[in-house]
Amino acid sequence: MYGLGLAKGLTITMKNMLMPGRMFTLHQYPDRKIGLLGLAKLEGTNPITYSIKRPLMTLKAMVGLASVEDRMPQHSRFRGEEFSWYEDRCTGCASCAKYCPLGIIRIVTHPSEKAVDEGDKYVLDVFDIDMGRCMFCGLCVEACPYDALHMGSGFEEGKYSRRDLVIDKQRLNDAPKRPSTWFRPQIEGQGFDPQSGDEVDWTKAGRHVKPSREDQQKKWAKR
Amino acid sequence: MSEMKSEPVILNLGPQHPSTHGVFRLRVTFDGETVVDAEPVMGYLHRGSEKLAEGRSYVQIVTLTDRMDYTASMSNNLAYVSSVEKLAGIDVPERAQYIRVICAELQRIASHLMATGFLLNDLGALATPLMYCFRERERILDMFEMLCGARITLTYMRPGGVLQDAPAEFWPALNTFVNDFPGYLDEIESLISGNEIVLTRTRDVGILTDAQAINASITGPMLRAAGVQWDLRKANPYEIYDRLDFDIPIGALGDTFDRYMVRVLEMRESIKIVEQCIRDIPQGPIRTGTPYFIRPPAGDAYASVESPKGELGFYLVSDGGISPYRCHVRAPSFINITALRDMLVGWKMSDLIIIFGSIDIVLGEVDR
Ligand code: SF4
Ligand code: SF4
Repeated sequence: MYGLGLAKGLTITMKNMLMPGRMFTLHQYPDRKIGLLGLAKLEGTNPITYSIKRPLMTLKAMVGLASVEDRMPQHSRFRGEEFSWYEDRCTGCASCAKYCPLGIIRIVTHPSEKAVDEGDKYVLDVFDIDMGRCMFCGLCVEACPYDALHMGSGFEEGKYSRRDLVIDKQRLNDAPKRPSTWFRPQIEGQGFDPQSGDEVDWTKAGRHVKPSREDQQKKWAKR
Repeated sequence: MSEMKSEPVILNLGPQHPSTHGVFRLRVTFDGETVVDAEPVMGYLHRGSEKLAEGRSYVQIVTLTDRMDYTASMSNNLAYVSSVEKLAGIDVPERAQYIRVICAELQRIASHLMATGFLLNDLGALATPLMYCFRERERILDMFEMLCGARITLTYMRPGGVLQDAPAEFWPALNTFVNDFPGYLDEIESLISGNEIVLTRTRDVGILTDAQAINASITGPMLRAAGVQWDLRKANPYEIYDRLDFDIPIGALGDTFDRYMVRVLEMRESIKIVEQCIRDIPQGPIRTGTPYFIRPPAGDAYASVESPKGELGFYLVSDGGISPYRCHVRAPSFINITALRDMLVGWKMSDLIIIFGSIDIVLGEVDR
């Protein structure tokens, strides 16, 4: 019978429109419009206390102008840009550069004057990652034997020129250290969430515990 | 065909056309509104993946396979790493095999959902059914994100296993998905399968007979819709498929509706497979230690898997070095599209898009 399929389809559409848990979610990005209730919930108070404390924001929220920055939740293994790189961990071995399928990591080192047992045999002059060509496959992170390089969790690098997408040593050093837990079980084991805004210290990013001075002497010094 | 003779008109569909799923050109000769000839012109998305593979190490090539059939990266990964494992004689731990099968089946569901959604889109049901399908696909992509941090270009499998074990949050998410999904599939089906418009536009349209399909070495849902019971998971079981209990749905006629129906039924079978895998998955390692630069002995190997589109195989020739001497991909989309002319001739212009959509090709794989 003609028309039956139409009615059936409309029923399903209505069901999906109205039933909680089935509704399609529209997500506004990066700024989400928010009402008074939502704002109060963010602050952890009730709307009345909030409106007394923040009359201006309340007014804004009432006329629908208030918005908060919002991102979709990401899983902690998300492979994103803004690599987290720890210069303190990096030995300049260039495994990452060798392993990258596109060859977009450039490393220049020179032998250092300092003692070898301080772990400073090579000094890094250049450490560039050309993010404009990177495909975020993560093979470089997989290859790094010293856990110095980690994937990041961002995805919103917009630049006017391709040259600005080359992240150099300075930028890598200055960037907040919010490594993705992808292929880093030691960070995942700490329950770290790159979205939380916390940072991981270079001493905690490795899979090995640094041997103590005595240990080093016992194991390696008298060989 | 009409009695009235008219001047044949050649029409170019594509390379950029909203209904052509990527950059694909179809040169169609029309007599009035009837198709009298169709010639697919391929190569617009050619990136030379096979040649690029010759300059890369065996693990690096995994990233290339992601970009062939980008709606089913897991299956591509699986086909490629199976081939490397065969070439180099690498064993895969059992847990890794289970995880691989779970991933491959989830990917099959995601790919079939996409095929179904876009078929309906081509029928003119703009976006609504597609949204239903994409909502479910989204949940699969979310699970992939938990597993390996990416949604489309996964790079998850490695020769000798998978990269990382699934995180703790993966298993509950998978369980809810497996429990919910048949219900959603019922919903999609009640929306589509009994719909008169869908039925009148797809029943008996674009028939590909079993003889034609076998002749053109068509594989996958297209072949099964034509009534041939051929599925590599049963015919030549790889990984752990011989331990699993599932059926191969086949169609009767080989028309567009059968191709849609086979895909829906296959999704149900995939859920059955995933359920069994969740039940049986053992603990243990997920990867055998392989060096970063694998050096397989000189020789060649061909391994193939049943990807959502059909038989996907990788033929690798090694000369003992760190990268293959030659890599050839048997891409199901590419071979399936060779039957396009047989299916199109004699049909009207508006049927052309549906028939084309029901093949479910991905241009990244056709052109590589
Ligand atoms: S993520 Fe992949 S493409 Fe990007 S630098 Fe690392 S290895 Fe190269
Ligand atoms: S592989 Fe790691 S330690 Fe070696 S150069 Fe790259 S970041 Fe530094």
